[in-house]
Amino acid sequence: MAADFSSASAEVERPTAPERVARLVRRLIVPGAVLAVWQVTVAAGWVPPASLPSPAAVVEAWWVWVAGPVTPLAWYSGTWGLYLLMSLRRVAAGFAVAAAAGVGIGVLIGWYAAMEDLFDGVINFLRAVPMTAWVPFAVFFFGIHESAAVFLIAFGSFFPVVVNTAAGARQTPRILIRAARMLGTGPRKLLVRVVLPAALPAIFTGLRVGLGLAWVLVIVAEMLAVQGGLGYALWSAYQFSRLDLILAAITSVGVLGLASDRLVSATAGRVLRWQRGLTGL
Amino acid sequence: MARDTLIACRRLCKSYHDIQQGERVVALDDLTLEIPRGEFVTVIGPSGCGKTTLLNIVAGFERPDSGEILVENQPIQEPGADRGVVFQEYALFPWLTLRQNVEYGPRERGVPPAEAREIVERTLRLVSLQGAENRYPHELSGGMRQRAALARVLVNDPKILLMDEPFAAVDAQTRAALQREVAQLWAETGKTVLFITHSVEEAVLLGDRVVTMTTRPGRIKADVAVSLTRPRDPTSPAFNDYRRAIEQLLMDASAAPT
Repeated sequence: MAADFSSASAEVERPTAPERVARLVRRLIVPGAVLAVWQVTVAAGWVPPASLPSPAAVVEAWWVWVAGPVTPLAWYSGTWGLYLLMSLRRVAAGFAVAAAAGVGIGVLIGWYAAMEDLFDGVINFLRAVPMTAWVPFAVFFFGIHESAAVFLIAFGSFFPVVVNTAAGARQTPRILIRAARMLGTGPRKLLVRVVLPAALPAIFTGLRVGLGLAWVLVIVAEMLAVQGGLGYALWSAYQFSRLDLILAAITSVGVLGLASDRLVSATAGRVLRWQRGLTGL
Repeated sequence: MARDTLIACRRLCKSYHDIQQGERVVALDDLTLEIPRGEFVTVIGPSGCGKTTLLNIVAGFERPDSGEILVENQPIQEPGADRGVVFQEYALFPWLTLRQNVEYGPRERGVPPAEAREIVERTLRLVSLQGAENRYPHELSGGMRQRAALARVLVNDPKILLMDEPFAAVDAQTRAALQREVAQLWAETGKTVLFITHSVEEAVLLGDRVVTMTTRPGRIKADVAVSLTRPRDPTSPAFNDYRRAIEQLLMDASAAPT
């Protein structure tokens, strides 16, 4: 057999520069239109400025929040960076716990029927309780303390990770198990050699959903259970009737959530390189 | 030439519960088969005759309900690298590149890396896959995947090759090429091969013996020694005599199930 396979591997066509510019423009049309309509609506006086500040006013308030001098006279001025770090740290800590526990327990549940019998009922029961219902419990149990926020985030984002991982592990093709066995893999090593890699696409789906939930929960926790953070700023802005700051906080969370989701999907694209061309990843 | 028995199946019985039909299906009924070392045995029969069950039992994937299955006089307890299996569906690990798939066995068996690299290289050359090592299975053609699956077991230097309709999913030209290569590999390496097929031509082309099976219950209908010189010419009159005889046996097997 002729054996020149070197050229045929990269069949995905790279977009040309004009195509990329055109795509970028298309992507900006809808957000741009929303901003324009919003600005015009406020400028024309169709809604009173007290119920909806203009985008320009939001940017202005945001600027003070980000870069203003730290002063006891304005609670928010210059605190954005600190609050951002606080929220990020909580999400990172909670999500790390959720990811480690969710993947570990999920693989075991998906692979060992006994583990499924042990955990499946409890997990499905707890999953049916909306995470916000745990807030009062967390505050009582942990007090107004970091651990309350980290608990809520870890606990809440654990479920999508564990459920997706278990489903992925359960669907490991039997033929791949057999292939590994006849190539010399002992029964105990199957979990690491076959089940875990076979479950990776499902694991990443779970991680993405879990991370999204982590951002929801950090805001809830910061509004109700801990001091500092973007959710805390959001709630303070509400109490001071600062709609401009509320919108600035919402946008901040949106940007962060989007960025962290991109990070996970980029990691997935790298780890799941072997799937390229098989799925829309 | 007196050769020692490598695989001995004695009075194997195996039945399943068929979920769709809600009844017990006897896949193997009192099946006895001995395969001497170095022999190429093809097994042919109508679908559902239990030929894959037979292979799965020799592979150690399934246990017989009763009967004995011995390799070198030792009962088979579980799958092992001494019995390499080539599946119709390839069953390559999709998350590993071609090279990593071939390296998998030596790594699992703890072969030192330098030695492993050498045998992997040699095996890739043997199946003409050099140049495609860094591609993932889904980037390979069907023929290349099946070569990779073959390389993945050959690299373990198994005593026995178990092939379960390995070429049923590839196009006719690729199939012919793969058949030639397998015949040549077998001649060079002297492996003992149990080869399941549903193609009479393939069975006669490759087998020292063609074992035909009946369906439900799965039994051996006939065991035909093929005394044609290799390489075999499928268009020769002698080849077609075998072909006709075996097709007749198969027709009888499906017409009058006992």
